[in-house]
Amino acid sequence: MFVSHLFATEGGLFDINATLPLMAIQVVVLTYLLNSLFFKPVGKVVEKREEFVRGNITEAKKKLAEVEKLEADLQNQLLEARSEAAQIVNEAEKDSEKLYKEAIELANSEANTSKENARLEIENQTSSAREQLSQQADALSELIVNRLIHQT
Amino acid sequence: MNLSYFFTNFAELEVGQHLYWQIGNISIHGQVFLTSWILLGALLVFISLGTKKMENDPKGLQNLLEFLWDYIRDLARTQIGEKVYRDWMPFIGTLFLFVFVSNWGGALIPWRLIKLPSGELGAPTADINTTIALALLVSLSYFYAGLSNKGWRYFEYYVHPTPIMLPFKILEDFTKPLSLSFRLFGNILADELVVSVLVFLVPLVLPIPVMFLGLFTSAIQALIFATLAAYYIGEAVEEHH
Repeated sequence: MFVSHLFATEGGLFDINATLPLMAIQVVVLTYLLNSLFFKPVGKVVEKREEFVRGNITEAKKKLAEVEKLEADLQNQLLEARSEAAQIVNEAEKDSEKLYKEAIELANSEANTSKENARLEIENQTSSAREQLSQQADALSELIVNRLIHQT
Repeated sequence: MNLSYFFTNFAELEVGQHLYWQIGNISIHGQVFLTSWILLGALLVFISLGTKKMENDPKGLQNLLEFLWDYIRDLARTQIGEKVYRDWMPFIGTLFLFVFVSNWGGALIPWRLIKLPSGELGAPTADINTTIALALLVSLSYFYAGLSNKGWRYFEYYVHPTPIMLPFKILEDFTKPLSLSFRLFGNILADELVVSVLVFLVPLVLPIPVMFLGLFTSAIQALIFATLAAYYIGEAVEEHH
């Protein structure tokens, strides 16, 4: 009885009638309605935003890569400049050393020549003084001799 | 004792009673259409409000709708695949929304307060006609998806990986709509019956956890229906290598 009631033509849990195709049509209509009211507009907005975000991310990545390249470039330049500076300092040090040495050499040689000159002068003067002395001695001896002779 | 009478009028439940509308010489279940129109109308109003003024920075309702859209897209994309999910997303989403709104509307709105001359208002998905209609639409969809995507090569699916599978695959075409429709129908009807019976027997506290369980079941059933529909379509458009 229960089962027969379930499948009864009028009423029952399993009473299948024109509700079925009409409901199917209703669902198809609902699909089109929701597509134009919900899925299309929301999808457009969401996908536009996703596109926008994706574009931003790629752009940011590109910029980051550029920045990294520039940074590496700068680093290179810095290293180069540093080594150049070190070289310049080195060269300058060498130059100054050379100049110092040259100056010392020059001073030494100058001192040597003036010493030599002084020595020669001294020698000259000594010899001339000696000559003078011997002359004077000669004159004095002559004088002495003369006096001795005249007294006698 | 009349067993049929006992079952149909148990707990003042009117199981298997319908409000018949006669159009010409065909008759339809009026209560199913009444509730579905109310619920779908509410859904459409809700969606129209949310999409009225779409902005790039989503606010309020738009946020919720975008979440829903994203959820449905993920569901369709994982089941159907990257290539054709766009074509089927509105259908899968409509199935999900229809079943979800029907289930929750049937469970949350106190329809029993509205007296009908015959039958009672309830979830449209608790009527076998609705669930069979949905399941047949799913069947038509996956056939259409397979044939439109792969042409006659769609039928290779029936002998894949071996021709031994042929009878089972053919059988599947019948069991798919059968299981889809009866699972949804059975779950929702059983949930309504359990709540009604418990309300009749113990009209205090006890029905409340069962009602919550019913809400949970309703949501899960909507998800299962949409996921399976998407899976069947995905299976039909999948390329075998």
